[in-house]
Amino acid sequence: MSNLLEVKNLKKYFKTNRGLLHAVDDVSFTIPRGKTLGIVGESGCGKSTLGRTVIHLHEKTSGQILFDGKDISDVDKHQLKALREDMQMIFQDPFSSLNPRMSVSQLIAEPLLIYKKCSGKELEQTVMQLMDTVGLAQRLYNSYPHELDGGRRQRIGIARALALSPKFIVCDEPVSALDVSIQAQIINLMQDLQEEHQLTYMFITHDMSVVRHISDDIMVMYLGMMVECCDSEEIFHNRFHPYTKALLDAVPIPQVREKKERRLIKGEITSPIHPGDECRFAKRCPYADQICFEKTPVSEEICPGHFVSCHHVREINHLQENK
Amino acid sequence: MSKILEIKDLTIHYVTDSEVVRAVNDISIELEEGESLGLVGETGAGKTTTALGVLGLVPNPPGKVISGEVIYKGQDLLKLSDAEMRKIRGREISMIFQDPMTALNPVLTVGDQIMEVVRLHQKVSKAEAMKRAMEMMEMVGIEGARCGEYPHQFSGGMKQRIVIAIALACNPNLLIADEPTTALDVTIQAQVLDLIDNLKKKFNTSMLLITHDLGVVAEVCDKVAIVYAGRIVEYGTLNHIYNNPHHPYTNGLFGSIPDFSHKAHRLNPIKGLMPDPSNLPEGCAFAERCPHVTDACRKKQPIAVEVEPGHFVRCLLHEKEVR
Repeated sequence: MSNLLEVKNLKKYFKTNRGLLHAVDDVSFTIPRGKTLGIVGESGCGKSTLGRTVIHLHEKTSGQILFDGKDISDVDKHQLKALREDMQMIFQDPFSSLNPRMSVSQLIAEPLLIYKKCSGKELEQTVMQLMDTVGLAQRLYNSYPHELDGGRRQRIGIARALALSPKFIVCDEPVSALDVSIQAQIINLMQDLQEEHQLTYMFITHDMSVVRHISDDIMVMYLGMMVECCDSEEIFHNRFHPYTKALLDAVPIPQVREKKERRLIKGEITSPIHPGDECRFAKRCPYADQICFEKTPVSEEICPGHFVSCHHVREINHLQENK
Repeated sequence: MSKILEIKDLTIHYVTDSEVVRAVNDISIELEEGESLGLVGETGAGKTTTALGVLGLVPNPPGKVISGEVIYKGQDLLKLSDAEMRKIRGREISMIFQDPMTALNPVLTVGDQIMEVVRLHQKVSKAEAMKRAMEMMEMVGIEGARCGEYPHQFSGGMKQRIVIAIALACNPNLLIADEPTTALDVTIQAQVLDLIDNLKKKFNTSMLLITHDLGVVAEVCDKVAIVYAGRIVEYGTLNHIYNNPHHPYTNGLFGSIPDFSHKAHRLNPIKGLMPDPSNLPEGCAFAERCPHVTDACRKKQPIAVEVEPGHFVRCLLHEKEVR
């Protein structure tokens, strides 16, 4: 099994009036072919920026991106166009990501026309086939997005992403805007498509239950940095970073149970503008001491395949020192 | 314990020239003092319209209360004049709105906005009202000294706390919370839910919580009503609904949520979509999506039957069993 995507020390800073905003700071990860990496975190943690930077919707500040063995960190316009055939994106909001003046068939045909894949009768057939794949009835061929509900609109978004048979899709909160019963339909569809077309997903979400369901690996982000990354089952049984613990404890679970005392974290996310040399979670962390405010922790492999960035991970979790 | 609110057969329609949208149909709810009831349903199920109906805030036209009674402490709110209603809103019954970003007035300081409700309902001087406003801010965990700041200077979670402070400033007996945490991140959501829960206990406030999140309901509610296409399809205690759901829609909802505690391979979504409330079927509104549908379901509107004490289900399947 080879890695389809390899990201090394990726940074993305934005210039703002108040200074440099560190949206993504020194993030590294890999996604094996045909697998799903879930990216979770709260709003403003840089997860969408990370997804967009990987597929060159934002230009990175520094770092390296390897896709399918090739270095795609720096590409020109022509290379990028060729690259986009293989990497696509599904957007969060199916209400604003579709042009209201284009019909369903035009929307789905658009990528095929741009890449001059087919035309005429063949185009029509391909569009029909795509509609079929994502579960859109053929009678909707000439409908417009405003006539459709959120679930169907998201299916159009998925059909557009699939049109060029990509290898890799960045899914940016694809189900957050949908009702639960529709959300489940779309999640099942995405899983089926992954199996059929051997797709590799980068699945960005804030919903912990969804991410566990769909991901093979999970990366937790906080203020632009990776705090914990490991197998999706592992994170639900052995989570080591204090932020991951608090995040998962905060998820309301639809079960009747004893009211347990939750380890709530105080305060709110701090500003990502000009962060100093410190652990970015330190201000909210119950275990923070002096070193946390003086030095940015580096990511360490605590056990095989399980990376954590925390100075005190071993004391907190009563773990033995490696070696 | 005594009944604080009783909604009897409330029916609200939105009447336009071209169609009649039957948003709320024969909804009946009882709420005891100090109790919390969760009104759960998907987008367009009629949850918010029910809440607006209780407060007499249904936009008219096009909204129209067709029939029913809303009995609060022995008097029917629907029969009160506008002036009498204004005395109840904010003092006896208050509401937390869904979106804290739009619920606050951007050109007034938050102190002024909390003060407004106090001065409307209590004969106090400006200075006393401001003191009360600052107390309220401290209670929801914001420094009282920030009362001279404007909404844009606060984060989303803090704005929602201010909305809560406004709602609770006059110690209402009944709190209607319309998706109070939907716009917030999970760690902030947990903080806000804890806050609501503590304040509720402190003042023995009853609460009607409107949400689509079954997890949130499990955290804070005593009773649950599941709403589908403007009707309550199942009604009972938390235990009844979560551990012994009867209605196929309730079961479908639970099947649609990815399980947080263990990983399932596939979800079991409800097929299809919610019917258009301007064109509801003659029989059971859920019939088209129901896995147990019979011919009778399409013709006859099921009545609510009590399957166990205090647990009501509106489904023909169970109607037969009980008789």
